[in-house]
Amino acid sequence: MTELTNRERLQIPRQTMPTQDALVRRANFDEVALGFTLELAQQEAERCLQCAKPLCVEGCPVEVLIPEFILALREGDIDGAVRAMKEKNNLPAICGRVCPQETQCEIKCVLAKKGEPVAIGRLERFVGDYELEHHVCPLERATPTGKRVAVVGSGPAGLTCAVDLGRLGHDVTMFESLHSPGGVLVYGIPEFRLPKSVVHGEIDYAAECLGIEMHLDAVIGNLYTIDELLDGQGFDAVFLGTGAGLPSFLRITGINYNGVLSANEFLTRVNLMKGYLFPEYDTPVKVGNRVAVIGAGNVAMDSARCSLRLQALRSQESGEVHIVYRRSPVEVPARAEEVHHAEEEGVIFDFLTNPVEIYGDEHSNVCGMRCIRMELGEPDESGRRRPIPIKGSEFDMDVDMVIVALGTSPNPLVFNEAGGLERTKWGTVVADQETGRATKPRVWAGGDVVTGAATVISAMGAGKRAAADIDRFLRGEINPW
Amino acid sequence: MYKILHKEILSEVNKLMVIAAPEVARKTRAGQFVIVRVDERGERIPLTVADYDQEAGTITLIFQEVGKTTMHMGTLEPGDELATFTGPLGHPTEIKNYGTVVCVGGGVGIAPLYPITRALKEAGNTVISIIGARTRELLFWEDKMRSVSDELIVCTDDGSYGRKALVTEPLKELLEQRDGEIARAWVIGPAIMMKFCAATTEPFKVPTIVSLNTIMIDGTGMCGGCRVQLTDGAKFVCVDGPEFDAHQVDWNLLLARQRFYLEEEKQAVEQWQHRCQLEVD
Repeated sequence: MTELTNRERLQIPRQTMPTQDALVRRANFDEVALGFTLELAQQEAERCLQCAKPLCVEGCPVEVLIPEFILALREGDIDGAVRAMKEKNNLPAICGRVCPQETQCEIKCVLAKKGEPVAIGRLERFVGDYELEHHVCPLERATPTGKRVAVVGSGPAGLTCAVDLGRLGHDVTMFESLHSPGGVLVYGIPEFRLPKSVVHGEIDYAAECLGIEMHLDAVIGNLYTIDELLDGQGFDAVFLGTGAGLPSFLRITGINYNGVLSANEFLTRVNLMKGYLFPEYDTPVKVGNRVAVIGAGNVAMDSARCSLRLQALRSQESGEVHIVYRRSPVEVPARAEEVHHAEEEGVIFDFLTNPVEIYGDEHSNVCGMRCIRMELGEPDESGRRRPIPIKGSEFDMDVDMVIVALGTSPNPLVFNEAGGLERTKWGTVVADQETGRATKPRVWAGGDVVTGAATVISAMGAGKRAAADIDRFLRGEINPW
Repeated sequence: MYKILHKEILSEVNKLMVIAAPEVARKTRAGQFVIVRVDERGERIPLTVADYDQEAGTITLIFQEVGKTTMHMGTLEPGDELATFTGPLGHPTEIKNYGTVVCVGGGVGIAPLYPITRALKEAGNTVISIIGARTRELLFWEDKMRSVSDELIVCTDDGSYGRKALVTEPLKELLEQRDGEIARAWVIGPAIMMKFCAATTEPFKVPTIVSLNTIMIDGTGMCGGCRVQLTDGAKFVCVDGPEFDAHQVDWNLLLARQRFYLEEEKQAVEQWQHRCQLEVD
């Protein structure tokens, strides 16, 4: 292939990724975005200008070697692309799907100034999927150090930390409270956004290469306290990546009626327990004919889109799913792509609307929801305009199911008898942002347990930084306590 | 995987199993529960432990076959394995010397009541126990309960064994006869029984503790499906309980919430029985 000039590269349009048609996909749980073919991937890779100072890398929390992997890809050296990718990112098939690239690497791409950025995320996914299928670049383990690390929680933060520590030659044991590793990647994010085969494929492959031991069904805090891990169980260091798993419910009348679920419960039933396949799988999940999802984050979008699919699978033709959000479209915290997908599939958005009471029937089942209209006032401490109720604007919504997706906080179980581990008033662990060091000796923490509910990639970045610091500590280079 | 070491058939529907789970047994105390999943497609269900043996590294469970999961579990034999066995979960019972206490167990609730009764007895309490079941066949562990009680009253709804009465009757008599003497009561059994026991002890102002068994998934505070309405707000049975002040519980809401998946449970049972029938044929 002849080398293109930059002018020619700028002429190539951003390649679109094939997706399932909205009307088809809203009736199945299969993946929405189908991924690039090799041809599409290489065509897209041709668009990269190979900047001498790549700004995209600065935008990536784990500093993926973006120009390098894209160059290898367009030269037809896919194995090389995989190797370049895995220098920094151990879980590319996952990141390629769930990272908000539009606000991280792609927003920094020089092409974005005048047109559309290189589709870095889609290329990452292509490379990740290729590696999952071909296993061309098994992770290698450095000379064993004989040091043992307990990684608590097997979500994005814990996984990243465990894999980096494994590569550095440490013996890693992961403790997971559920029966399947992956944390929010398996219980929260639905199959149609992140197939569980991809999650398990990445985790199994990495764990096998690095000899990472996986202790499932282990609720740390109950089964072992942190001190027991450090002393009795002989771990040299502990990393806490237990996430933010505790749901919050609104403090309104009727919140405990049947049919009011946390998004956590609904999504766990659907995703982890495969409730959408009931009765083939044992865990039931109900879906209302008229569902209201409270909140407008990614979890709310996932809940709404799962509800639509369940309604379709169960032939509830007249089904409706609403997102009820107290602010306006501008403040929606979910990724633009998720909102767009939800709209395409038929989710109805009720903005500037806030629930004030849930009604129940004689069986304590939800049979309606009273809401009030809101208007935006002055910006609050979050910088967003504060929603203010409009007096006398109350109205009733005809709903039979309410899913509450209003953010989560860290699960306190892991802190049982954890003396010396400082936490904030929000229940998050106090940890150094750069190193992940907690206030308790030999304990590090990262991800949602430190930041409160945030993104997969920021958790991965925290896991990575902590792994580097734990490594320095285990090698005796530092002793911060 | 968690191996079943021993199985006893207590009645047609009540089964006892001893599970090898040394790590869990090491930490388990009276009043705590575990989450069990039979196989890869299984549902996660909470079961309060009936006994634990740290030295042997085992947990004893007693369950009544009421749904698909417990029916399936009932077909397992020693040597078979459970896919998931997580615990110990929830808070242990607050054991101390209260003076004279009453322990009331109904049906399969006798199982989790036993280790609590034993611990209360060991702590120096005078323990009066009442156990009851619908009929004689469903009663079990009378001897074990007797061995840890100063006094034991046994009753059946139909009078086929012991006194013909609901457990609330001897409970009420006891409260009347020894008014002011009873420091605390524990009640474990079907929700409806706990509700009426709570109503029985309330006029006597005897603090009454119930162990709730609600619908839950993870058992660690993540789903909130187990939430129960108390007079001072909603609590999660899995992490705030499973024991609560019986006089604070909104029993009607609790009973309604237990019935939420009734339709699906029925469907699952029908399908299970159909599958079993096919295997027999």
